[in-house]
Amino acid sequence: MDTSTWSWEPGERLIVDLNACKDKYEWIEELHVSPDGEKLGAVVNVQGEFSACINGEAWDETFERVWNLKFGPKGQLTGCASDMGEWKFVVDGQPWDDTYGYVWNTMFSKDGSKICTAVQQDMKYGAAIDGVLWENLYENATGFVLSDCGNHAAAAVQVDQMGQAEIDKFAAGIYTVAVDGKAWNTKFTNVFGLVFNPDGSRIAAEVRLNLYDYTIAVDGKPWTQTYQGTWAPTFNPVSGAVIAPVRQGGKWTLAQDGLPIWDFFVNCWQPQFSQDGSTLAAIVATALGSWTVAVDGRPWNVTADAMVSDLVVSHNGGLIAALGKTGEQWTAFVNGKAWPNRYDMAWAPVLSPDGEHVAAKVEKNGKYTVVVDGKEYSRAGDNCFDPVFSPDSRFVLVKMVEGGKYYRRVVPIAEFK
Amino acid sequence: MSDTAEHTEAAEPVLTFLEKVHAKAEQDQVDGKYAAFEKIEDVGIDQGVARLTPEKIQKTINGVLKGECGTRMKTYVETCVHCGLCSDACHHYLSNDKNPKYSPVGKVKRTIWNMLDKDGKLTPEECREAVIVAQTECNLCRRCQQFCPFGIDIAYMISTVRRISFKLGITPQYIQDTANSHSVTMNQMWVKDDEWPDTLQWQEDEGRDEIPRLRIPVDKEGADFMYSVIAPEPKFRTHLINQAAVIFDQAGCDWTMPQLPGWDNSDMAMFTGDFETMGRVKKMHYEVAQKLRVKKIVMGECGHAFRSVYDVGNRWLGWRMPPIEMVHSIEFFAQLFREGRIKLKDKYPEQVTFHDPCNTVRGRGLHEDGRYVANLLTQGVVEMSPSKLYNYCCNAGGGVINCGPPWKTKRVLSNKIKAEQLARMKDRGINTIVSPCHNCHGGLEDIIHHYGLEMELKFLGDLIYELMEKPGAVE
Ligand code: SF4
Ligand code: SF4
Ligand code: SF4
Repeated sequence: MDTSTWSWEPGERLIVDLNACKDKYEWIEELHVSPDGEKLGAVVNVQGEFSACINGEAWDETFERVWNLKFGPKGQLTGCASDMGEWKFVVDGQPWDDTYGYVWNTMFSKDGSKICTAVQQDMKYGAAIDGVLWENLYENATGFVLSDCGNHAAAAVQVDQMGQAEIDKFAAGIYTVAVDGKAWNTKFTNVFGLVFNPDGSRIAAEVRLNLYDYTIAVDGKPWTQTYQGTWAPTFNPVSGAVIAPVRQGGKWTLAQDGLPIWDFFVNCWQPQFSQDGSTLAAIVATALGSWTVAVDGRPWNVTADAMVSDLVVSHNGGLIAALGKTGEQWTAFVNGKAWPNRYDMAWAPVLSPDGEHVAAKVEKNGKYTVVVDGKEYSRAGDNCFDPVFSPDSRFVLVKMVEGGKYYRRVVPIAEFK
Repeated sequence: MSDTAEHTEAAEPVLTFLEKVHAKAEQDQVDGKYAAFEKIEDVGIDQGVARLTPEKIQKTINGVLKGECGTRMKTYVETCVHCGLCSDACHHYLSNDKNPKYSPVGKVKRTIWNMLDKDGKLTPEECREAVIVAQTECNLCRRCQQFCPFGIDIAYMISTVRRISFKLGITPQYIQDTANSHSVTMNQMWVKDDEWPDTLQWQEDEGRDEIPRLRIPVDKEGADFMYSVIAPEPKFRTHLINQAAVIFDQAGCDWTMPQLPGWDNSDMAMFTGDFETMGRVKKMHYEVAQKLRVKKIVMGECGHAFRSVYDVGNRWLGWRMPPIEMVHSIEFFAQLFREGRIKLKDKYPEQVTFHDPCNTVRGRGLHEDGRYVANLLTQGVVEMSPSKLYNYCCNAGGGVINCGPPWKTKRVLSNKIKAEQLARMKDRGINTIVSPCHNCHGGLEDIIHHYGLEMELKFLGDLIYELMEKPGAVE
């Protein structure tokens, strides 16, 4: 996401007063805000028909239904809309040319230049990128993914028909991976956890070889080792090696190209490399009800008894953050230390481009605000959206709704106390 | 003379429902229906057994018993004194003329003990018997555990037999297919990714005929709770989704349902012993809720799913407790009433009885909340005997109903004891059973039908929906 063209002028701007819109619509649904904070959007009911509004102005067209509203990284507002039993995918009020049996699961490329959706057409399944549907569609498709560049989409697809309760046929394998609509040659009992490498030229997935044996397949070729279980793999962005959490003897570790590289844990998932490939982190359980992050195999001392989620790793691995939940309360763990305060809810941590700061949206007593490096913003609103750091890492974009008014604020980091 | 004849005809005894059940059971005996249990065929079991080799049997059994079971199994086996105090707890035993082979300890004898005694060297025929016992003669209902002086958990032992059966590849066909569905779609009924949101949308449309501003908020990030259901709801009982939406909407709840898989909380993989699939499905359930940043998950009226999300699945993954607070509908409805968020315009005109799902009562003690709600809604709950913590299982639970058509008659006949319980209620003029569990409904419906009990089944949600004030409804 390119944030350099956004306005980083410190200070506050009122973007829209929702109180003024209220009379225009029967009702306004959940609010969404564009990444740059310039636009607030929502599904609106216009005299029984539906549309989306941006900063108070509805799209020209109305539909029988609009749902799955999302802003892309470039600020485009997308949604799925139905009319006369057909489904359309709408970008900034303009439907794509084709209509579908059903369309859902919007995905954006990293820079927002491409948009991908899952599509059902005549009871067959595939993906469409910018409205171009796969040539081959399948009996079923699940677990759709889009490459970072947005040029390739993939899914786990069903390649053979199966009658009711045909358990032998199922076990023998009727599923595989399809990339851009083209299926691998090998069939598996199941396919899960598809992941592209950073440039989208390769793909790895968890495969179940029969009812009992799991492994990782890379570009159609399974590893020779099998395991009692696997979780989704990841690519080393520099070496291209594939690593994945694997289960052996009832315990979990990470394996690289088939061989264990870490000690064993009660669980281990969501492995993530730094962009320079130097650091590998994952969420681990060191004992039942004791969760943390392990970096290069070494677990942090700080633990959460309920769960750890939303792991993020900076470019060079110098800054690693995740959310930790103890009892019913959330906080962030950053490089092995917990933030001082606890929250009723926390959103995924966001890292500054220089790899020095961590920010997150949090909720406390029904109010929402932004925390940077453990320090809270001075105001809390009725709603608030994920913060973004300026390219120079000196400012934080705070998008907040207070008293029905939506404000965009550029706040110096020093103001979080 | 003719007068007398007429009189005699009119006086012909009217059978009580309890007598009807006895008569039907006798007829079932005469018809050889009980004897036919021995001849049931199941493709999943029979073809699986045909593929077994002595090496595979021994290696698999010992692999699970020695490799996966800790000291718990050993302790149970060594502690049991074969006193038989648990026998009268089991509806299979009571419904099959107290045949000791159906007693809890009898079932352990036919499975785990046999495996231990023979160091895993079972014949294929013995493996066949073991899977039939484990999948069709025990509901893992844990009633027996309450009568054992040592608290031995027979259900745990039987679950282990299911795990072994899964690894031997001899799981019954229909429940295996259900587990297969979980592995592909993350739900129990092969509901495809688009069919789920599509169903929510047409249920929302239906609901708007009554409540014009009704919404089923999909993917509403930061909502107070995510509502999760079991796949039979979008597949067959779609009106339940509409009903729940109306209740939540009119009670002013801030809720959501996810767009993507993870919406189904059910778990047949837990019941086939395919723990790897169970773990994957539970992981997705909690992850989808976490992505929506909800504070809790409220689940629909289902018993076994509660066991999976609250006790078994979460722990297999390393979560000691559910990582996100998990609230059963029974508790949630009770809370809504206590907070005055549901007001009733009417009461159900009759008294009702209450069937407690094993998993919410023995797993979590929700019987009082259930009665609190049912008493508010009706002319009062009349207790079956036994009830609450000691309630007899419906014999659908534990995945038994999911073993499908081949096993139906055996399942119904093996719960004659429940039919008698219900008949006693019917003889007291009780026509309605409230039960907050899908499987219980399935199991009880079959019993009601087979024994001609003419009773009605209701979910709590059915009654609330019917009887609540709906300020948002059109006149
Ligand atoms: S768990 Fe229930 S069904 Fe199984 S043996 Fe015990 S009482 Fe019988
Ligand atoms: S009551 Fe307990 S000790 Fe007695 S037979 Fe049953 S399981 Fe064994
Ligand atoms: S179906 Fe109902 S009564 Fe029966 S085991 Fe489940 S919860 Fe128990």
